[in-house]
Amino acid sequence: MIETLFSVFILTLLVVTAVAIVQTRSLFVAAMLAGIFSLMIATVFFLLDAADVALTEAAVGAGISTVLFLAALALTTDEERVKTQRRSLALVVVAAATAVLIYATFDKPEFGAADAPAQQHVASWYIAQTAADIQIPNIVTAVLGAYRAYDTLGEVMVVLTAAIGVAFVLSARRVQLPAEEEPKLDGTGLRHFLIPRVVGRLVIPFILVFGLYVQFHGEYGPGGAFQAGAIIAAAFILFALLEGEERAIAALPLRALLFMGAGGAVLFGATGVVGMVLGGNFLEYANFFADRATSHQIGILVIEAGVGLTVTGALLAIFHAFAARGRRE
Amino acid sequence: MQLIVDGVSWVLLTAGGAFVLIGGIGVVRMPSFYTRMHAMSLTDTMGAVLVLFGIMLQAGFTLAALKLVAILLFLLFTGPTAANALASSALLSGLRPGTDGKIAATDKPA
Repeated sequence: MIETLFSVFILTLLVVTAVAIVQTRSLFVAAMLAGIFSLMIATVFFLLDAADVALTEAAVGAGISTVLFLAALALTTDEERVKTQRRSLALVVVAAATAVLIYATFDKPEFGAADAPAQQHVASWYIAQTAADIQIPNIVTAVLGAYRAYDTLGEVMVVLTAAIGVAFVLSARRVQLPAEEEPKLDGTGLRHFLIPRVVGRLVIPFILVFGLYVQFHGEYGPGGAFQAGAIIAAAFILFALLEGEERAIAALPLRALLFMGAGGAVLFGATGVVGMVLGGNFLEYANFFADRATSHQIGILVIEAGVGLTVTGALLAIFHAFAARGRRE
Repeated sequence: MQLIVDGVSWVLLTAGGAFVLIGGIGVVRMPSFYTRMHAMSLTDTMGAVLVLFGIMLQAGFTLAALKLVAILLFLLFTGPTAANALASSALLSGLRPGTDGKIAATDKPA
C-alpha cells in the first residue's frame, strides 16, 4: 500500500518535472531537471525491484549525462532560442500519438500479472536455466553476459561508436598551452575551492573502490560493467574538475583511453571467437573449461571486464573531447 | 525493549521529516539565494542525519546498519562540501549577500 502511494507520488513528480523541462527557457535549468528526472525514475525502478536498471539510471542518467550536458552548454549558450513558428501541426501530431498510446495501454496485461506475455516467453526459461547452467544468483547478469551476450556486444559497439563520433565532431586533439596559462582562476579564486579539492581527494578512492565492487560483484548483487564503467569514469571526471584537466590526462592519457575503449570491445569479441575456436557458437562459453558452470562464470567475467573498459574509456574520451574544445576558445 | 527502540526511532524519523519539511518550505519562501541555501542546509544536516539514525534503530546490529553509517559519513562529507562549492561559486560570479538576489553589476567581487 505505502509502496503504491510512494510510486504514484514519484510518478506525479516525474510528470511535473517533464513539463518543467519543456517549459523552461534556460538550458542549464533543463539539464539540472533532467538529472532530477533520472534520479526519480531510478527510484521508481528500484520500487519495481529492478535494482540493476536503477543503478544504471542513477549512474548514467543523473551522473554522467548531467556532466556531459553541462560540458556541452559551456561550449554553446544556456539560453534556448525561441522559435516563433506556428506549432499547430506538431500539437495535432503529439495529441494523436498520445491518444493512440493511452488507447494501447488498455490492452496491456495487469501490472505484475503472471500470464503477461513478458513472463510467458523466454523469461521463465532463463530463470530455470541460470541456476543449472551458470550457478550465479543474479539472473540479470546471466542474461546480459551469457544468454544475450550478442546484444550486449552490440551495446558496447554503440558506446564505442558514440565516443568515436564525438571525438570526430569535436576533434579532440590536445592543444599545447604554456604552463602558466593553466590555472584559469584569478588569484583569490583558488582559495575558495580548497574545501571541494580536499574532500574530493578523500572521496575519489572510495568511488573507485565502489566502481570495482559493482564491476566484479555483478554476478552476486545488482550491478555490472555498464554501471561500474560509469562510476569509475565519474571518479576521473571529478578528479579532472577539481585538479584540472591536465592532471587528469596525465593520470590517464588520451591514448590509453582510446586503447581502453577499443580494447574492451576487442576483448569482448575475442572471447566470442575463442568460443568458436573451441567448437561452439560465437560467444558460447560452455567449452572454455571442463566444468560448464565455471566456463560460463569465467566467460561472463572476461566480457564484463571488456564492457567496463570500453564504457570507462568511451565516457572519459567524450568528456575530454568537450573539455579540450572549451579550452581552445 | 523493542517498544522503546520503536518509540525512539519514531521520534527521530518524525523529527527528521519535520526538518526536511521546514527546509523545503524555506527554499520556497526565503527571499534571496544565500538565505535559501541556509534553509536547504537544514535538509542536508538535521533532516538526513535524524532520518538515518531512525532507520539505523530499525535495522539493529546488522550489515544494513553498517551501510547506513557509511551513507551517513558520506553525506556528512559531501553535503557541506557541495553547499560550500555552491556558495563560493555564487560569490565568485558576483552575487553579493544581502542584495535581494540581484547581481551587483557595479562593484565586482573582491
